[in-house]
Amino acid sequence: MYEYDVIVVGAGGAGLRAAIAAQEAGADVAMVTKLHPVRSHTGAAEGGINAALRDGDDWELHAYDTMKGSDYLADAPAAEALTQESPKEAIQLEHWGMAFSREDDGTVSQRPFGGLSFPRTTYAGAETGHHLLHTLYEQVVKRGIEVFDEWYVLNLAVTDEDDPDERTCHGVVAYETATGNVEAFRARDGVILATGGLGQVYDHTTNAVANTGDGVAMAYRAGVPAEDMEMIQFHPTTLPSTGVLISEGVRGEGGILYNDEGERFMFEHGYAKNDGELASRDVVARAELTEVNEGRGIEDEYVHLDMRHLGEERIVDRLENILHLAADFEGVDGLEEPMPVKPGQHYAMGGIETNEYGQTCVDGLYAVGECACASVHGANRLGGNALPELTVFGKRAGTHAAGGETEDPEIPVGKTDDAEPGDVETPVELGEPWTSEAVADGGATAETGEAVVERALERERERVNRLLERDEGTQHAEIRAAVQHTMTENVNVFREEEALKEALVDIHAARQRYRDVYVADPSSTYNTDLIQTIETRNLLDIAEMITVGALAREEFRGAHWRKQYQERRDDEWLKHTMVSWNDGRPELWYKPVVLDGENQTYEPKERSY
Amino acid sequence: MSTQRQQPETESEADSAETETAQERRLDEKRRRAEERERERVEAEERIAADAERYHLKVFRYDPEVEGKQEPRFDDFHVPYEPGMTVLDALIYARDQFDASLTFRHSCRQAICGSDALFVNGRQRLGCQTQLSDLDQPVRIEPLPHQEVVKDLVVDMEHFYDQMEAVEPYFQTTDRPDGELEEQRQSRENREKIKKSTRCIWCGACMSSCNIAAGDNQYLGPAAINKAYRFAMDEREGEDMKQRRLEIVEEEHGVWRCQTQFSCTTVCPKDIPLTEHIQELKREAVKSNLKFW
Repeated sequence: MYEYDVIVVGAGGAGLRAAIAAQEAGADVAMVTKLHPVRSHTGAAEGGINAALRDGDDWELHAYDTMKGSDYLADAPAAEALTQESPKEAIQLEHWGMAFSREDDGTVSQRPFGGLSFPRTTYAGAETGHHLLHTLYEQVVKRGIEVFDEWYVLNLAVTDEDDPDERTCHGVVAYETATGNVEAFRARDGVILATGGLGQVYDHTTNAVANTGDGVAMAYRAGVPAEDMEMIQFHPTTLPSTGVLISEGVRGEGGILYNDEGERFMFEHGYAKNDGELASRDVVARAELTEVNEGRGIEDEYVHLDMRHLGEERIVDRLENILHLAADFEGVDGLEEPMPVKPGQHYAMGGIETNEYGQTCVDGLYAVGECACASVHGANRLGGNALPELTVFGKRAGTHAAGGETEDPEIPVGKTDDAEPGDVETPVELGEPWTSEAVADGGATAETGEAVVERALERERERVNRLLERDEGTQHAEIRAAVQHTMTENVNVFREEEALKEALVDIHAARQRYRDVYVADPSSTYNTDLIQTIETRNLLDIAEMITVGALAREEFRGAHWRKQYQERRDDEWLKHTMVSWNDGRPELWYKPVVLDGENQTYEPKERSY
Repeated sequence: MSTQRQQPETESEADSAETETAQERRLDEKRRRAEERERERVEAEERIAADAERYHLKVFRYDPEVEGKQEPRFDDFHVPYEPGMTVLDALIYARDQFDASLTFRHSCRQAICGSDALFVNGRQRLGCQTQLSDLDQPVRIEPLPHQEVVKDLVVDMEHFYDQMEAVEPYFQTTDRPDGELEEQRQSRENREKIKKSTRCIWCGACMSSCNIAAGDNQYLGPAAINKAYRFAMDEREGEDMKQRRLEIVEEEHGVWRCQTQFSCTTVCPKDIPLTEHIQELKREAVKSNLKFW
């Protein structure tokens, strides 16, 4: 058994920043990641880091933009923590050597982004995430923080009290990909989940193949509620054939969207009369699909994003990476022709419920980054707010887990007295317990942390052996493809009741097939078949949480569009959707949004751009 | 040929007429079967023609744990082609449809995570960045040469990571600004100078293509030297630190091992001018040594 003060699961931007902070606060830290840190998906972020750095801008403006962008489903204390601490974190990265794009006076450059009232997006070309990831990893190397790379965390080791609020997380169990060994990691002070996105639940996504929502699924099964899972961001500009992301920076620098009739539709069809292409992402994504659905799309599928008029010099200076992506993955020369783009799944605004220090309701269990929901993004994340989320909350959680100095949190977690029961009619029973076998709550009540971790280890070894021993049945690829297909067909940008119900039926069918899942590869050396089989198990829970939340939320808010409900209904729906694991079945409930900030209350207003 | 018949008039005539009818029936049946066979042949031909749309992959296989795969071999896969399909797409198809044990690293599929560097038709390339249509068939896919094979297309990257870490790959300066909100300024020119070097995605293609690295296990290799270049040329680190960095790359298994063969530069999927960077560090090292003489 390995033993550390703090164990960080996942080594993308949030995990790396958390590990650095925990170590600086005096903890003995280890990172456990299924990839190598530099392979993490943070590297694919392009646009930039929002930070109120300049005269004329301040954190309060940034907080206001964030709350408005979220369609008032973000919690003000989290949004304010993000915007207050983002400048310091951005400059901290600069002090660690990050190669930001520069102004003539040598200061870091900033550019406009969608939904921002000030050009406050700090960037490094169109490859900001790559620079951020490598800069943070360099600091981890410098500090000698131990990294277990290519170790896949199978489950958490959590005590088994009836009430999740009374449970404690003592560690994790992980599978060493290279050798097939299953080992336990005990965390004396805390486990920080930083496992990133869940885009693989869709088949057209900007997300990496590794983004299978493992952290959310593990925390959910350990009793931590998942929050606002129906809030999925669809990025307006992804390449049609692959889902590769074309940064919002293109529109930030002045790129223009055209339909098949050569109209600048964002203005000409009145989708965003003031901000046009720079309206927030949900608005632009819907506009593009409306153009396609009304017959003004190109080849009935996509629209054009044109940046030619910006001139070669500016494009190469600020968006060079985009030229490579368009050429390599779509065969288009962005200097000579417009780029084809369409919306694609991009970001999960919801996730593991945490407060503004990354704490969950389970003692000793934290979550940060895309797998977490603090919540700063609400129903729509502003471009450029994900990278500061990584650094700000990564640092806060790392410091808190290591016992460093922090203030009292304002956001409540777990089921408090404010919880309101949820009710939704589903066409099939959800979350059949047969797929919960041996992956539910993390451990039996035990006297010591070691014993809890040992129990979890035993159970995971059994689970791996069982999967490997079976030699016929259904393969994960088939089940995964079925889930991805139904989510893309039925739980996409535009959502209708019947389609959402159909998705639940399909997910149910996929669960049934998962009962017969088997791993074809018998090897204990680098068995990706086994890992993908377990990931697929996680995707099933994720797909169900997204869909049931979407079916229940009978209103139109941010990224969540419902055909029958074309208005935001604050009287009834100004609340977070929560899904808790209840003996294998998802239990739906709601908790209020915190709109009271430090100096002001963010009163919901109509959102126009 | 006409098969018109007359009414039989006698018994014997009737017999022979019956035989003739049976024969006729058999012939009809034969014709029908011939027709069917012809249709099958045409369909088969059509299928073969469609198969021409399939790409023929020859994929390296090896697994120390599975008896049948302990002896390295190549497996053939025929993957249906769609426009825009990459080598990685083809491998995923082969794995998901034909053989779940086919093993390779991949994640972002947009040339930024650096995990799917492979040896494709005799050259180091990223699987996700390589269009099948640019390759001759059969497409030969192997693990990166000069690295230990773990299984199928997966190689051990530990040595590569160790070399990357040997050059102190982190920003070091004593000249920090006072305020926590004050940048340590960098000129646009200086940022431009290091820009290409910062694009490295640690895929290992350069190291695998380098003859020197293949022969000298201790050679830092192009990726690590490029990482050293990224910091040595960053004006924010200051002169003293630059000297220290030059000393690191000047050691016995450093820049002077490079024989300017350009293979690293040729295969780099991010177009980093690796050889140039190595040469520039050689020049800097000479210049800085001259100062002391």
